[in-house]
Amino acid sequence: MEIAIISGKGGTGKSSISAAFATISEEVVLADCDVDAANLYILFNPEHEEEESFVGGEKAVIDRDLCTNCGLCIPYCNFEAIVFSPEGVVISETACDGCHLCKRVCPHQAIRMVEIDKSRLYAGAFRNGRMVYGRLAPGEENSGKLVNLVREKAQKQSKAFGLKTIIIDGPPGIGCPVISSITGVDQVVIITEPSLSGLHDLERAADVSGSFGIKTRVIINKADLDEAMGDKIETWCKERGLEVVAKIPFDPEVVKSMVNCKSISEWAPDSKTSQILRETWKVLLNGKG
Amino acid sequence: MTDSKPFKIAIASGKGGTGKTLVATNIFHTLTGKGIKTSLVDCDAEAPNAKLFFEGSLEHSFEVTQQVPAINEDLCTYCGKCHEYCHYNAIFILPPARVIKVIEDLCHGCGACTVACKFDAITEKPMPLGEVRRYTLAGNHSLVESRMKTGVYSPVAVIKAGIKEAGNGRMVIMDAPPGTSCPFIQTVDRADYVVLVTEPTPFGLSDLKQSVETLRGMNKSCGVIVNRAGMGNRELYDYLEQARIPLLMEIPFDRNIAHTYAHGGRLEELDPHWETRFLTLFEEIKKHYGNSHHQR
Repeated sequence: MEIAIISGKGGTGKSSISAAFATISEEVVLADCDVDAANLYILFNPEHEEEESFVGGEKAVIDRDLCTNCGLCIPYCNFEAIVFSPEGVVISETACDGCHLCKRVCPHQAIRMVEIDKSRLYAGAFRNGRMVYGRLAPGEENSGKLVNLVREKAQKQSKAFGLKTIIIDGPPGIGCPVISSITGVDQVVIITEPSLSGLHDLERAADVSGSFGIKTRVIINKADLDEAMGDKIETWCKERGLEVVAKIPFDPEVVKSMVNCKSISEWAPDSKTSQILRETWKVLLNGKG
Repeated sequence: MTDSKPFKIAIASGKGGTGKTLVATNIFHTLTGKGIKTSLVDCDAEAPNAKLFFEGSLEHSFEVTQQVPAINEDLCTYCGKCHEYCHYNAIFILPPARVIKVIEDLCHGCGACTVACKFDAITEKPMPLGEVRRYTLAGNHSLVESRMKTGVYSPVAVIKAGIKEAGNGRMVIMDAPPGTSCPFIQTVDRADYVVLVTEPTPFGLSDLKQSVETLRGMNKSCGVIVNRAGMGNRELYDYLEQARIPLLMEIPFDRNIAHTYAHGGRLEELDPHWETRFLTLFEEIKKHYGNSHHQR
């Protein structure tokens, strides 16, 4: 079973909750798909048994010796990446989308494409199973593609090591990497928090997972920070037919556990938060509410 | 301070939920309160939230689109040139079966297929990516919101359009998207100074380091605001000192602040001292910005 933990809004506690689920019971495969800001490795310090590089894209580069500064390529670039500068025609690395068109139209073969392969994918053992995570090099695109690779790797690990459950810690937002994180999973859990932003982003995240027809449940984290707002979110979920599977109180122990490189269920197994999370995990595994 | 030249500040963070929007909206309030003409641009197009904190009337909105190819099958010879030119696998072709399809979700709008086609069989049509909305707030200040449509692969085009809409000639505060990939880069690329908001936890520190590394690669100067100060540990502060990054401000961890923010309130409503603190912050940013070597 693949369970994806997502949140429209960042900082709702998605990773802390994923970490807790990953250390509650039997061994699991934990896939950190927040490749833009992978964090779970800090808590779990997994072995780097396997490492793969990932070509996230290509960038066009001008060969100064061949370029005649004719500027023919400039109007072809739909990303406004090519401009005249005092040094001649230049391509902005940030703006280039890697489409190859400038290279194709250059009459002097002065443009070539360079692969960007600084992103990495790691897999190895952690203290409660196997962990897979990707790290997108700064400024790189195609995080959706890296997410797909992380998930493929996680599925292979699941087969090879006989671990039935895959927990996916997804990225924030609703864009391509989120879609890649939830496509084809058995269920999605959206972590939200009781604030105006939390509700607004929950709505957008629920739209995305709803559009794929995936069973979606909601956890309201830090629920007691604003009970009225929490109630509002619950009402909204009810109207949308989304099950609120847990309300977790704000608990300073969660931060303490993180500082000590533990999940909350490892750090304070008898705390109320850990108890709620254990109950919730049972519900998630049973599939039904 | 009103005589200073306007510039652009991006409020960013590697990790989501560290308080970017809280900082952005509070700086904006402080500046507008002093009569400085300012635009706030919500560049977090996947999860735009800044508007929730303001009353304002919609002045102007427009759709952001991308050109995608449309294939005229009467003219198409199924030669496959467009498929060869497309680096995003957005054109599916089966020549023997005379089947050709554009997968619009994969198209990046580069226009290569149109250039490739020698039979004029490809025209381009707009596909909606999202929307930019400009709101007028009290005192002739404005809020520009970039809002990506759900299911679109990248918010970058919508973000760029939003920043363009904010224009020049006034202070611009950009509420940046989280992370350090394309959406973040495209936002901070247009900023004169970047304020990174983080929290003193191992997650916060790890993401901060990655943001700093990225910004240094881009030659952008930045400073740090520590939110929820008091929780977590001291490692973050050691890093700031060692990397020589200015600590611009600390916002303590406080249930009241969390509560105020949850309801769209401003910190100065909680304690009037916050207004002075944000003014000092702005002066501090101006000082650092003035010292940076890439003024526009």
